[in-house]
Amino acid sequence: MLDFFMGHYAYWFTMILLSVGLYGMLLKKNLVKKTIGLSIFQAGVILFFVSVAMKEGATVPVKADGLPVSEVANYMNALPHTLMLTAIVVGVATLGVAYALLIKIYNRYGTLNEEELLDKIQ
Amino acid sequence: MKVLKLLLILVFALLLLFAASDLPFRGKADNQMNQRTSMTGTEVPGNYYIREAYNDAHTPNIVTVVLGDYRSIDTLGEQIVIFTAGMITFLLLRNRREDDER
Amino acid sequence: MVFGFYVIFHGHYSPGGGFQGGTLLAASLLLVRIASGTKIANLQFKDYLATPYAAIGVIIYFGTGLLALIMGGYFLDYEQLPLPGLEGADLRYWGILIIELGIGLTVMTVLVLIYDNMVKGEDYA
Repeated sequence: MLDFFMGHYAYWFTMILLSVGLYGMLLKKNLVKKTIGLSIFQAGVILFFVSVAMKEGATVPVKADGLPVSEVANYMNALPHTLMLTAIVVGVATLGVAYALLIKIYNRYGTLNEEELLDKIQ
Repeated sequence: MKVLKLLLILVFALLLLFAASDLPFRGKADNQMNQRTSMTGTEVPGNYYIREAYNDAHTPNIVTVVLGDYRSIDTLGEQIVIFTAGMITFLLLRNRREDDER
Repeated sequence: MVFGFYVIFHGHYSPGGGFQGGTLLAASLLLVRIASGTKIANLQFKDYLATPYAAIGVIIYFGTGLLALIMGGYFLDYEQLPLPGLEGADLRYWGILIIELGIGLTVMTVLVLIYDNMVKGEDYA
């Protein structure tokens, strides 16, 4: 039982993080808070991939003296790390685009509340 | 409506937790991802990268080799995405000023 | 700033590389911008230079790939790069370093660009 918990608690943590992000995106009225929810969702996905890449008794994927690369068990899987590295930077860039759009919306309508915004557009 | 959304989130969370309980144990060295061959008999790329990265590029950092060499076209795409995002913020927020001057 | 360059160039031996180094360089530029305002920060890094530098970063990456293509290899095949005195795997080492420089330049300038434009957009609200 404890073994099962130790093997899965990281997955459960990331799933709860995804739910928190979804809560922020669905239930908050303020658009900035929705964007923060999106960011939390993204962090959950990134943490999930990184925790999948973990391997017991292995070190980071940088070649060290005394640990031959021919023995695969010495190093963690490098592929998820690479994918998430690019995903983080692209996430920051897209967050910048989102905030630029929010600044435009605020300049034009004077509010970031979703319902007031719908009223003003109509 | 709010109750419906909360219910949706709850169902989502429970479904994900149930699905996560069936994943393989975290960090075990004999997981499917860490095997030499995959289910269909082809070679798993993660293992190939670990074994051959230093011989191919003489670079100790395996992540750098995967990023810059094996997946270099993917990285070029990511870079263009970042560049496009920067251009979008530039254009979006610059038109605003010209509107004011007109 | 020195630490950012260290992360880019030392990324072959320790955790690091273009993305992380570029982010650190951008952080060093943004700290000056936040602390002392746009006028003083423009002495350090002119804001209208950000877009050309980002384009230069993309061109460095793409040009490296195209050069390898012209020299008779595949696109982004570093073994065909015309660097003197090197061959095979060592050439790949230098090819990766060049494209990491391109990535670092683009990431740094785009992050600075986003911050600058947000400040500018706020001013005209």
